[in-house]
Amino acid sequence: MSIELLLALSLAVPAAGTLLILLLRENPNAREAASLVTAGALFAIVLRIYGVVSSGERPELVLAEPIRGIPIALEAEPLGVLFALIASFLWIVTTMYSIGYMRGHHEKNQTRFYVFFAFAIASVMGVAFAGNLFTLFVFYEILSLTTFPLVTHAGTDAARRAGRVYLGILFGTSIAFQLLAIVWTYAVAGTLDFQAGGILDGRLAGIAVPVLLGLFVFGIGKAAVMPFHRWLPAAMVAPTPVSALLHAVAVVKAGVFSVLKISVYVFGIDFLAGAGASVWLMWAAAATIILGSLVAFTKDNLKARLAYSTVSQLSYVVLGAMLANSWGVIGSGLHILMHAFGKITLFFCAGAIMVAAHKSEVSQLKGLGRTMPVTFGAFFIGTLSIVGLPPTGGSWSKWFLGVGSLEAGQVGLMAVLMVSSLLSLAYLMEIPLKGFFHKPDEPPHHEGIHEGPKWSLVAIVTTAVACLALFLYPEPFYRLMTMVAGP
Amino acid sequence: MSLDFFVSHYNYWVVIFLMMVGFYILISRGNLIKKIVGLNVFQTSVFMLYISMGKITGGTPPILVGDGHGGEAVEHVVYSNPLPHVLILTAIVVGIATTSVGLALAVRIKEAYGTLEEDEINRIEALVEASE
Amino acid sequence: MTAQLPILQIIVPLLAAPICAVLRHGRAAAWLAVLASWSALAIALALLGQVMAGGVVSYHIGDWVPPIGIEYRVDIVNAWVLVIVASMGAVVAPYSVKSVEHEIASRRIPLFYAAYLLCLSGLLGITITGDMFNVFVFLEISSLSAYALISLGRPRRALTAAYRYLIMGSVGATFIVIGIGLLYVMTGSLNMADLAELLPGVWDSRTVKVAYGFLGVGVCLKLALFPLHLWLPNAYAFAPSPVTAFMASTATKVAVYMLLRFFLSIFGAAFSFDVMALDRVLLPLALVAVVSMSLVAIFQVDVKRLLAYSSVAQIGYMILGLSFASVTGLTATLLHLFNHALMKGALFMALGCVVYRIGSVHIDAMAGLGKRMPWTMAAFVVGGLSLVGVPLTVGFISKWYLILGALEKGGPWTAVAVLVLATSVMALVYVWRVVEAAYLREFSGDETTGEAPLSLLAPTWVLVAANLYFGIDAVRTAGVARQAAEVLMAGIGS
Repeated sequence: MSIELLLALSLAVPAAGTLLILLLRENPNAREAASLVTAGALFAIVLRIYGVVSSGERPELVLAEPIRGIPIALEAEPLGVLFALIASFLWIVTTMYSIGYMRGHHEKNQTRFYVFFAFAIASVMGVAFAGNLFTLFVFYEILSLTTFPLVTHAGTDAARRAGRVYLGILFGTSIAFQLLAIVWTYAVAGTLDFQAGGILDGRLAGIAVPVLLGLFVFGIGKAAVMPFHRWLPAAMVAPTPVSALLHAVAVVKAGVFSVLKISVYVFGIDFLAGAGASVWLMWAAAATIILGSLVAFTKDNLKARLAYSTVSQLSYVVLGAMLANSWGVIGSGLHILMHAFGKITLFFCAGAIMVAAHKSEVSQLKGLGRTMPVTFGAFFIGTLSIVGLPPTGGSWSKWFLGVGSLEAGQVGLMAVLMVSSLLSLAYLMEIPLKGFFHKPDEPPHHEGIHEGPKWSLVAIVTTAVACLALFLYPEPFYRLMTMVAGP
Repeated sequence: MSLDFFVSHYNYWVVIFLMMVGFYILISRGNLIKKIVGLNVFQTSVFMLYISMGKITGGTPPILVGDGHGGEAVEHVVYSNPLPHVLILTAIVVGIATTSVGLALAVRIKEAYGTLEEDEINRIEALVEASE
Repeated sequence: MTAQLPILQIIVPLLAAPICAVLRHGRAAAWLAVLASWSALAIALALLGQVMAGGVVSYHIGDWVPPIGIEYRVDIVNAWVLVIVASMGAVVAPYSVKSVEHEIASRRIPLFYAAYLLCLSGLLGITITGDMFNVFVFLEISSLSAYALISLGRPRRALTAAYRYLIMGSVGATFIVIGIGLLYVMTGSLNMADLAELLPGVWDSRTVKVAYGFLGVGVCLKLALFPLHLWLPNAYAFAPSPVTAFMASTATKVAVYMLLRFFLSIFGAAFSFDVMALDRVLLPLALVAVVSMSLVAIFQVDVKRLLAYSSVAQIGYMILGLSFASVTGLTATLLHLFNHALMKGALFMALGCVVYRIGSVHIDAMAGLGKRMPWTMAAFVVGGLSLVGVPLTVGFISKWYLILGALEKGGPWTAVAVLVLATSVMALVYVWRVVEAAYLREFSGDETTGEAPLSLLAPTWVLVAANLYFGIDAVRTAGVARQAAEVLMAGIGS
């Protein structure tokens, strides 16, 4: 099978999966099986693409050409492959988790849920394999649209309001800033292709460079750099699997991934470093890191706390890109991976607690760890990974980001990283500690509560183990990132 | 501006006067029939403009005239430009069509609202909207 | 036969109109109208083919040689507009068959089709003719039939809307006649190509400048440029659904064409931009139109009216492209003529489906329709996204060229680009209010309400598909638009 065909399949398989799911809507078991099979097939395809790309090839495929010279094209390069690997693998895990969660929670309109979920994954693949800025924008927008029905799934007033914020910010920023930046780039460079070393070097200078970069960073609302982060906590009204995969992994990572990709392939890190264009955005990211952590402290609702933690952690990736050196870029890429596994574990646990114990606030969790040891154990591991402590994968990305900031001569940023690690340790570790060591309040009893649905449990254990495994085997991913930005 | 200039361009002054009168009626009157009258006066001013610009002092109608004895046609007669006159014939027809459509609408409006006064109609509509 | 295409373009619908009027049977008239409008489309496409292959097509009516005789002159610019008008006519005609039976008293149906075809031939006539006075005649043919069409709307306010349009439209047309008359005084010619040659000799004359002003105001009334748009919202809101769909996608487009033809081809781009400062006059008007009308649209509760205000805003985009005074800007204008016809056509036709089923397009009445009429509302969503300018739809292509045009000029024009994008966000707000109502609220109407019939849905989805197709493959449309823009900037002679 030709590799170009595989690229097309990476979009077509999840899209076709939606049809299958629709056809099997009368039979929930067959429908979920179809979801799982589609997810498995997609992961196999991405693995195959990984094999080809890691040997140095860059397969390309042009789908259409809306405007002369600006095709909708797919291209597999290491960074995109890394992102696609994460998303497609976690889709399998999340599908397993959803089966337990959606049934345990007796959600309505489950078919619609699975259909749009598959659509969202197809658009994520489009983002990952986008061959130029225009294609990236196209799939970015489609991703906003396909996740909207998932966010408003409950159909309540709160969901409707959240949906407004969600779409308003994501569309608003992308139309007002990102599109402007893209047309500007085209007007200056005459092309929108991603090229190693960037396309802007020598074509743009002075104040225009930081302005354009700013338009991109803030225009990519999915990266949730403050003040455009409000959509992410709002999106937490969605069912937990959506929060887990899309709003801890796929959608938000699509945002920071775009920022990273644009920094590397449109600007080029040497050009950025030379122009000093990214310094002000480093500090914007640093501010988001600290502020996000502080807000997370104040949230008693577990999902809200995790959401603000995500806001904070996403800016690590943005920060890494803005450091504009190869250690920063490597740290950035690895953080996309490490945070994905860590945060999805946390969300899975939050969902399991909600389904099994009907608890959503941190203060209600006292003593619950003894009745749900696996869940809280996994939460503990996830926390370690987010904070960046061994023996979890999170320690690697923090390490490289730290090295990157020192290399960029930004000792202040190093301090920011340390402080925020401590902050996240404090607000996340509270949960397993409460669960295991606090005595339950009277009168709430935890009788009749036990571990979550078994499908969900499998998912939780898988991702928690992956967090540990990534500490031991970060090598393949590190190698991918060195292909993007060799030190 | 000399008196001479003023007098020699009298046709334009008439046109401008008619135009403004028509336009004023159109804007200021609330009665739908009177508006159409205004529109007519307004359009008439344009007809006058076209007709007067085709007219040449001392010109005859553009008909080839013989010498009265069955001889050759006289070629050197000064005649008015027929083209604007013909054009305005078309415009007059169009004007009549517009007027009739306008009047037909006025009749239908009278049937539907029971009045031809714009204020009345607006009041009725405001009431309907408020009651919804 | 092919030599006679220009005249057939007009004759076919023009002759079919009186036949429709005398046919007693509504359906028979409907199918005659469908046939006539499809033939018109075939002819328009053939003409575009001829022009693309062999350059300007000139047809002398009655074999009178221009400038004495009336000439029909088709170049790439009006061939393009002819295709737009004819294709909208061809799509709306079959759509009307059922829609009209629902919205108009049956004894008036044959007359409806007569007026429809007259309006179509009038619009085609304005576009195809190369004679100034002929423009006026066709303008009145299309306008008078449009007044009649609008007055056929069910709510009685359709009558007052039609009346108001009649008054403002007639004033506009009269202004145009005055302009034409003054030009004739100065040059003694009515032929467009001839005028384009003669006018540079009398550029300095005040009469020519006054003529320019009269023509400008007259045409801007017709194209509903802010602040001369007052007739439009009610006319669109209360007209029968197919009429709204047809008018919204053709009438204002032809008016924009008139503007381009008069000011760029006849007076010449140099005169318009350098002497008359047309760009500097139009720019603020266009910007105010785009911003204020988008804002007004956000607060409408009648969805048809909402889209009507959005139309005024979208016309602002077209004029904005013109005010860039560059080839890219004009390309954006010409592209948006086509693209806006597609999206507004699709949106108004989707609303027509809603009217067919629930009789209202009030935003509250449309609550929960997403489940009841999935295809209709899906069409609305795609059309709406196109209006916002989401990639893969035609709206994006227009916006792309518009922004590119602004950025090409650089400097303070960047602010214009920002404004265009900001108004896109406003478009998102007003479109999304409807989408939210349709999908996230509970349906409260009649339990038996179901999907619209296929004869309404099929034409609607033809337009929806066109929205997507020309959004994904715009190389051809953009190519034609660019070629047309170059012709316009160069003047009629070349």
